[in-house]
Amino acid sequence: MSDSIRTPLGKVRGLGSAKKGVEHFIAQRASAIALLCLTPWILISLIGAIKGGYEGAVAWIGAPINAGLILVTIGAGVHHMRIGLQVVIEDYIAKTGSKLSLLILNTFISVLVFVAAAVAVLKLAIA
Amino acid sequence: MVELTLPRNSEIKKGKIWPKPVGAKKFKVFKIYRFDPESGRNPTWDTYTIDTTQCGPMVLDALIYIKNEIDPTLSFRRSCREGVCGSCSMNIGGRNTIACTKGHDEFQGAITISPLPHMPVVKDLVADLTNFYAQHRYVQPYLKTTTPEPQKEWKQSEGDRKKLDGLYECIMCASCSTACPSYWWNGDKFLGPAALLQAYRWIIDSRDEATGERLDDLEDPFKLYRCHTIMNCAQVCPKGLNPAKAIAEIKKLMVERVT
Repeated sequence: MSDSIRTPLGKVRGLGSAKKGVEHFIAQRASAIALLCLTPWILISLIGAIKGGYEGAVAWIGAPINAGLILVTIGAGVHHMRIGLQVVIEDYIAKTGSKLSLLILNTFISVLVFVAAAVAVLKLAIA
Repeated sequence: MVELTLPRNSEIKKGKIWPKPVGAKKFKVFKIYRFDPESGRNPTWDTYTIDTTQCGPMVLDALIYIKNEIDPTLSFRRSCREGVCGSCSMNIGGRNTIACTKGHDEFQGAITISPLPHMPVVKDLVADLTNFYAQHRYVQPYLKTTTPEPQKEWKQSEGDRKKLDGLYECIMCASCSTACPSYWWNGDKFLGPAALLQAYRWIIDSRDEATGERLDDLEDPFKLYRCHTIMNCAQVCPKGLNPAKAIAEIKKLMVERVT
């Protein structure tokens, strides 16, 4: 327990309300809905595309609508992962330094995963 | 705050076993958490066997019997003994509830009784609820208006009054908040189910004129959005209320005002 002699209400008020959070709440649900629709599509389509061998898969990814939807799926997935992990980190890591470091690392890794996946898709689509 | 290692003195040791009453035909065993922070000793499970024909049917009756007849050093809170004041909230048989409305015949075998989880213990079954009450104060649980007060009363339609059902009945026993893992981990910042249910009770009150301010005060990643709909709050509420639903309604209003 803290040895601070602040009043209980002072402690609860703390730094006040951040006046944000609803965007995060909406994004988490919107990305979940997007993934609910896109994940079955990508899995079923990919299984079909693989049947045509490497060329078949490349041809499927090369179709602009497919490439676009794959990028949207990756974007929604990575964003959902990032904000989900953010909540887990905020829940379980209490120390400010460790928490901030992990939140930044979470963002960096998410951006890296998205960029790497997007480059791979575009490379195949453009080639 | 998450504590992966338990603090010193938290391991509960075997305690005193009080003798079984002689000649009792109907008896019940109570394993009760005993702890005095000032003693420097670990908490213990003390075992009391009581003749249930000598006390009332509720767990609170048994506790009062133990305190009066067996061990006057046992500490617990109680007041109304009829499910109105919320004082005797504790963890009974592994579930938070109020002792005065829980029958001891609802349990098979020994009944374990411990204080509300993850709260500082003042003594035995008395948890320190200072932070919990401050969180209640934070949501300003009273009517806030700017319009000059009417001569008679603030009027409310029957339909608007009905919206308060399932909210106004809360007795602030803290069973819900102390059953919530999010409250265990972040109880210093997350307001918890009880305070948020109370907040919604005033947000949805048609007579209140501070709805926007109230939502402003709640819109925060920790104060409100730590609720992950785990639903322990609704599971344990001794009044059958659903704080998780109230929190979901607040979140819906947050979305409504930005869309």
